[in-house]
Amino acid sequence: MAFAKDLNLDATELRLGLPGTSDESAKNQTPATLRSNNKRALPEESMSSNATASKNCNQETAPLPKAQVIGWPPIRSYRKNNLQPKKSEGEISGIYVKVSMDGAPYLRKIDLKVFKGYPELLKALEDMFKFKAGEYSEREGYNGSEFVPTYEDKDGDWMLVGDVPWEMFTNSCKKLRIMKGSEARGLGCVV
Amino acid sequence: MNYFPDEVLEHVFDFITSHKDRNSVSLVCKSWYKIERYSRQRVFIGNCYSISPERLIARFPGLKSLTLKGKPHFADFNLVPHDWGGFVYPWIKALAKSRIGLEELRLKRMVVSDESLELLSKSFVNFKSLVLVSCEGFTTDGLAAIAANCRGEVNLGALERLVSRSPNLKSLRLNRAVPLDTLQKLLMRAPQLVDLGIGSYVHDPFSEVYNKLKIAIQRCKSIRSLSGFLEVAPHCMSAIYPICGNLTFLNLSYAPGLHGNKLMKLIQHCRKLQRLWILDCIGDKGLGVVALTCKELQELRVFPSDPFGAGNAAVTEEGLVLVSAGCPKLNSLLYFCQQMTNAALITVAKNCPNFIRFRLCILDPIKPDPVTNQPLDEGFGAIVQSCKGLKRLSLSGLLTDQVFLYIGMYAEQLEMLSIAFAADSDKGMLYVLNGCKKLRKLEIRDCPFGDAALLEDVGKYETMRSLWMSSCEVTLGGCKSVAEKMPSLNVEIIDECEQMEFNLDDKQKVDKMYLYRTLVGHRKDAPEYVSIL
Repeated sequence: MAFAKDLNLDATELRLGLPGTSDESAKNQTPATLRSNNKRALPEESMSSNATASKNCNQETAPLPKAQVIGWPPIRSYRKNNLQPKKSEGEISGIYVKVSMDGAPYLRKIDLKVFKGYPELLKALEDMFKFKAGEYSEREGYNGSEFVPTYEDKDGDWMLVGDVPWEMFTNSCKKLRIMKGSEARGLGCVV
Repeated sequence: MNYFPDEVLEHVFDFITSHKDRNSVSLVCKSWYKIERYSRQRVFIGNCYSISPERLIARFPGLKSLTLKGKPHFADFNLVPHDWGGFVYPWIKALAKSRIGLEELRLKRMVVSDESLELLSKSFVNFKSLVLVSCEGFTTDGLAAIAANCRGEVNLGALERLVSRSPNLKSLRLNRAVPLDTLQKLLMRAPQLVDLGIGSYVHDPFSEVYNKLKIAIQRCKSIRSLSGFLEVAPHCMSAIYPICGNLTFLNLSYAPGLHGNKLMKLIQHCRKLQRLWILDCIGDKGLGVVALTCKELQELRVFPSDPFGAGNAAVTEEGLVLVSAGCPKLNSLLYFCQQMTNAALITVAKNCPNFIRFRLCILDPIKPDPVTNQPLDEGFGAIVQSCKGLKRLSLSGLLTDQVFLYIGMYAEQLEMLSIAFAADSDKGMLYVLNGCKKLRKLEIRDCPFGDAALLEDVGKYETMRSLWMSSCEVTLGGCKSVAEKMPSLNVEIIDECEQMEFNLDDKQKVDKMYLYRTLVGHRKDAPEYVSIL
């Protein structure tokens, strides 16, 4: 067909060879690796367009499509069911901490587990309380804003958010407080 | 031996406890048969349809403990319809009518109705123990007849009082519904626990409850077996460390929330571990930690945390090789992995010649060795050649007839073999049937084995407990032939689509066939879609 080349049917063809091989090169392999066998086709294969052609080809090369074969893998249903709520696992074991902001009428709560690191946490806080935190640097703390994110740690001390590794922070943070204005200066903020 | 009084022989037989040995004793002569049957207290029936309850009762009037297994193994993976069979009610009814003083009933893959449980609870004065493994058919109403209600709504106060009153309580397993402060109170009341299952382990590490829990756990110096953690806060696992050093069995296969460094730290405390059940999110690296720490390890089971996300399994051949090198006592394996190589299996075979159970499941069932692109025949061949005591084997990956040649040649002690998506021809099945003299259970799915293999030696099936073949090439005619030649076998055709109804052509391929030896002929409780030939 004239337009077949344009459609690049080869590239989109469903078959069992490794990407980059063609049926031609498969046939040139040694008999040891390429054995036509009577193995029953897996259920998915009978649905692909190349069913008959591929039945005699060596089936070694491609991984099974993700469509599930009944009874495979051989694990009991209660194990499969137990694994589904992987996401909600995180929810249940989340680290919820209170967040207060000076001047705000009420507090909020956030789950620290949801964030992968400080940038995400700060963005969420900024969105939640509608402020901008300023640039963090180890030497100077948060530069360029009158708002400074702080937290109370296990020992009851108020610490600057961002100094310790993220994991250590999530393990020791008891509550968050976004300090504002003159109070914030004590933590090294340069307004 | 005729001049030994019976009491002396009975006394001697008391020392013989294994089922196999007692069976052998009963075959020596009539007098030994008689003495043995009156003194037998524990009976194991591997297939509930191989014998009837009446005959059991007639032969063993002193029966105290009965173990029954029902559905074929592949029922665990949804290959057998729910109402296929395996009903325990007729057994309980018959036992209740008789004078048997039943004390223990152990059931596996049986259907247990509420009615059965009620009858059980009313019929045996000395009944002590009910063990149900992979059973179904009952509700909490049924269980309530046997013991205090412990499913669904948990009465925490009642649970605490129950534990307080039970100074001999050895095993306590809790589900998600039990909150942490209850767990802490229970542990305080039962420091003698040997086996603990924790359902929900989520808490604030700064709370009073957590501190109390830490103290309670430390007091439980007898705990040898730990499981559960269905919900877990990984950063709180340090409270468990004090008891890890005594653990011999750790089951974290329900705890996908535990992985990475936290999991590895936990394992590093478990130096006496003999059995470990884990999810594959432990990774090859985590298995390396196991290899370094758990020198007493005998059994390892690695389950998939993402069964259908092909490519996401976190363990490969590397993890297995590490464990085989580090744990010389390893004899039992169940390993779900992304891939396996022949080289790795050959190394494992060399490192661990003591395998009794070797079950490998590559999530993509026809995957070859990714390094060489070869089938895994040589790798499994090395396993059967090296592990002379191998009793159970499950194969996966790309496999030709060759692996079965090896199995037939070397697997002299093999009792159970599971095959899926393997082999090229009937020869594969023939190698196994001809070679494995001790074979008891053979289960096959999606292999090109047909009537020629099935019919080659039908007498062999009488020496086995059962044969399962599904999605193979055997025909209705072939199955009928087996049934005709072997009246001591039940040959069942399971045909859910009821194709057989309309098309009784002998050449038709059979979707599911299950045959087993029996002393009591065709069972009467088979559903419509099961034909017994």
